[in-house]
Amino acid sequence: MFGEGLLKGMAETARNFLGSYVSKDRLTTVQFPEERVAPIEASRNFPFLVYDGKDWQQGMRCVSCLICEKECPPKCIFIEKSTDKKPDATGKPQFYPAVFNIDVSVCMSCQICVEVCPFDAIKMDVAFELSTDNRFDDLLWDKQRLAKSNEYYGKIHPTEAAAVDAQLAEGRAKLEAKSKVTTEAKAVGAAVPSAQTVSGATE
Amino acid sequence: MPETIDQIFVIVKHWLLGYVPVEVQPLFSALLSVVPILVVFPLLFAITTLLERKGLGRIQNRYGPNRTGPYGLLQPIADAVKSLTKEDVVPNTADEVVHFLAPLLLVSAALLAYAVLPVGRNMIVANLNAGVLFFFAVGSLVELAVFMAGWSSRNKYSLLGAMRAIAQMISYEVPLVLASIVVIMAAGSLSTVAIVKAQAGYAGIWPHWFVFTPWGFAGFVLFMIAATAESNRSPFDLPEGESEIIAGYYIEYSGFKFALFFLGEYLGMFATSGMAITLFLGGWAAPFSFLTWVPSYFWFFSKLLVLIAGFIWVRGTLPRLRMDQLMNFAWRFMLPMALLNIFIAGVWHFMPAGLSRWLVCIILVAAPCILLSRGLKKEKKLQVRTYRFAE
Ligand code: SF4
Ligand code: SF4
Repeated sequence: MFGEGLLKGMAETARNFLGSYVSKDRLTTVQFPEERVAPIEASRNFPFLVYDGKDWQQGMRCVSCLICEKECPPKCIFIEKSTDKKPDATGKPQFYPAVFNIDVSVCMSCQICVEVCPFDAIKMDVAFELSTDNRFDDLLWDKQRLAKSNEYYGKIHPTEAAAVDAQLAEGRAKLEAKSKVTTEAKAVGAAVPSAQTVSGATE
Repeated sequence: MPETIDQIFVIVKHWLLGYVPVEVQPLFSALLSVVPILVVFPLLFAITTLLERKGLGRIQNRYGPNRTGPYGLLQPIADAVKSLTKEDVVPNTADEVVHFLAPLLLVSAALLAYAVLPVGRNMIVANLNAGVLFFFAVGSLVELAVFMAGWSSRNKYSLLGAMRAIAQMISYEVPLVLASIVVIMAAGSLSTVAIVKAQAGYAGIWPHWFVFTPWGFAGFVLFMIAATAESNRSPFDLPEGESEIIAGYYIEYSGFKFALFFLGEYLGMFATSGMAITLFLGGWAAPFSFLTWVPSYFWFFSKLLVLIAGFIWVRGTLPRLRMDQLMNFAWRFMLPMALLNIFIAGVWHFMPAGLSRWLVCIILVAAPCILLSRGLKKEKKLQVRTYRFAE
């Protein structure tokens, strides 16, 4: 009949109104700066550069291949490739980004840069308090500000980071095995006349 | 002693008047009556904005504002500062004069209505013989202000919003006035003071309010529904329908002018609630005979706050109506019921007092209400929509 549903609705809201004073569980609000919900693993909002080891400059995985710069839809990544090579975390000489800037105000959090990076050097962060009162300096993040350790990555996206670490370790192991094989082969090739002594030495 | 407290404002006014020369006394007296209204009701607006946001928050299981000051009590001040410091944007093509005047007219029209509201014993700005008539006449100025705002902005959305608002306001003004006619019939006067007086007196401890009669109750409900629509409040907030016409007639207003629109809307709501109190709830009279020692203005404002709480409650509950639902409701339910109610009030008047009068009148109210709503419901043929091109 007329008005019945109306009264039901009014009763429901009245229950909410009174109940929210009685039981705290009804209140879903998180009083933000003081209270926080635990970071959600699946949340992503802004890229950062991963580095291995202690030193952010040396450990940076990025080899300045410029793929992410080309793929970024709003074109908010600016990279300047280095002219020289420096040893990376594993001691292998690599190119490195002399300048690596991302304009936070332009980034649309699409994660494409992460998808295309062949070196697992760029990943998505979960930090969201990016507001600033300086539009020109604080929104263009440079290499240093973007650099975050692999441990940090492991903390915010544990599952994903574990997978990445395992993959990297596997790759490194393969590489090592390969290089061992090649060095051995080289050694073998170089030492063909004295193969006997080599094998004798290894034994 | 209770008498003195009850009349304290009247006494203070007379005392102050004694200090000015006789020639300027009328002017001064008018000033002393008007200024408190200009202070109290906008202040009430500020308090209501806070209470409303808090109440709506609680209804949705949130806290509501609690950051500015203790318990968020300073929120209205923050709002005021914000709206005052915001840039006032006027569209290039807008008719500047009309654009500027519209919010002013809206607020002053809403304030004018307070002239005939008795907020306490002997506390009324102007005791007009045709007080109720004046109230509704001034109330319809709001429509003009709304159209001025919508038209002068030179924006299709605002023009459409204004048309919609006016269609709604005019539709609901008819049942609003018709619902109050029963009271005028019963009290035999258009003066608000006389109407309050007609409801004075108690049967045992129960007051003689008009709302406690079948036609009075029906009239009160119809009046409140129409008042909600008149003040553009949810579920009748189509004029500002943010989701459809992007804030309707005041889309091109910013800063303090926008705040003025809100002020006008709330002042209108207070005024119509005050009128409902005067017409149906015994004005400033106490609800029980043993409570008459409490000052009259206290009762008026408590009743007002209760009605406002009701408005907030309804706003927190009901979704917005559709335009056709709104119009159907006004013309096919409210209007017949209001007309019928006048007839019922007549029946009540001419039947001898007693139980039979009650029975007949209750049946006369309830039966058409049920039949009408049933009939209207049956007409609505709900069917599954088929989308020809979306499949
Ligand atoms: S997340 Fe998308 S928009 Fe942001 S830097 Fe990466 S590719 Fe560019
Ligand atoms: S794709 Fe990866 S490695 Fe290449 S420049 Fe971007 S972050 Fe560096």
